[in-house]
Amino acid sequence: MGIGSIPHYRKEYQMTALQPGVQAPDFFLASTPDQKVSLSDFRGQPVVLVFYPADWSPVCSDQLALYNELMPEFSEFEAEIIGISVDGVWCHLAFSKDRKLHIPLLADFEPKGAVARQYGVYREKDGESERALFVIDAEGVIRWSHVSPVGINPGADGILKALEAMAKGEKPAGV
Amino acid sequence: METSATLTQPVSARDHAEGPADAPLTLVEYGDYQCPYCGSAYPVVKRLQKTLGNKLRFVFRNFPLTQAHPYALVAAEAAEAAALQGKFWEMHDLLYEQQTFLEPEIIPLWAESIGLDLERFGNDIRQGIVATGINEDRQSGIRSGVNGTPGYDSLLTALESELALRSV
Repeated sequence: MGIGSIPHYRKEYQMTALQPGVQAPDFFLASTPDQKVSLSDFRGQPVVLVFYPADWSPVCSDQLALYNELMPEFSEFEAEIIGISVDGVWCHLAFSKDRKLHIPLLADFEPKGAVARQYGVYREKDGESERALFVIDAEGVIRWSHVSPVGINPGADGILKALEAMAKGEKPAGV
Repeated sequence: METSATLTQPVSARDHAEGPADAPLTLVEYGDYQCPYCGSAYPVVKRLQKTLGNKLRFVFRNFPLTQAHPYALVAAEAAEAAALQGKFWEMHDLLYEQQTFLEPEIIPLWAESIGLDLERFGNDIRQGIVATGINEDRQSGIRSGVNGTPGYDSLLTALESELALRSV
C-alpha cells in the first residue's frame, strides 16, 4: 500500500501501471446514460485509453481538448481514443457538451475506480485515476503505456509515436 | 506548467521571428489567437522583449485549438495572410491586443486598419494559400510535445526569473 501514499515517487507509479506486452483488461462501462462500451468492441483497431483524474480541469491546457483537436491525426491510424475517469455519466455529458468533445468518456464510477485499478493506475488516496495513457493494438495487447504526474498534460507525441511504431509492424515489447 | 518538450522543427527563415537570429535565447510560442492564456502571455512576452532586447529572439507558430475556439483558425489565417503582405507582427499584435473583440466580421476592419490590400488578403485566405503553413506549424507542435496553448519551448516565468538571476 506504500506506493499509493508516496506521490512523488513517480517511477514507482510508472511500474504499477500495466506494461507493454500485457493483454489489456476488458471493461464494460457507461459512456452515456443509456449506452455501455467494452474494450472488446474495438478489437481489430488500435485503441488509445486516456485515464484522467477528473472532468472540468482548466481549459486550454486540457489534455482532452488537445486530443479532441488531434482526432484527424488519430484517425489516420484508425485508432479509437477513449477517455476514462471516475466521474459519473451525467458529469461526462455536461463536460463533453461544454468542451465540444468528440471523444467518448467512460464512467469508471461503480465500483469506483475498478477499471483504473485493473490497469494499475488508481490513486487510492485521492479516489481518482492517474493521468495515464495506454496504447492498445488490434489484438487487445498493450503496446505502450505512460503515467504522467497529475498536474502535467503529457501531450500527444508519445501516443503518435506508439501508433506509428505499431503501424510499421514493430514487435510489441515483452513478446 | 512544466514541459519537457523538444522542438522538432528548428527555427528557420519560414518562421515569424522578432529579434536577431544569433540571439542567445530563442522563445518559440505555439499560440492560439482565441485562447485567453495566450492573451495573458502576450504582454509578458512584450515585457521580456523590452527587457532583453537583442538577447531574445521570439518566434510565433500557430496552434489553433479549433474545436475549443471557433475563431482561432480564422484569426490564424488573418495573421498569415497579413504576413504575405509583410505585416505579420502588426496583425499578430492587434489580434492579441483586441482579443476580446475577436470575431470573423471584425477581421476585414482590422486588416484595413493596418493598411493591407483587402482584395489580396481575402483571396489569399479563400484560396487556402495560408492553410499549409498553419498546418505545418500544427504538425511540428504536435511532434514537439505541445500539450496546450501557449506551448512554449522554454518556460516563460522560469525564464524570466532565471534571466534576472543570471543578469543576461
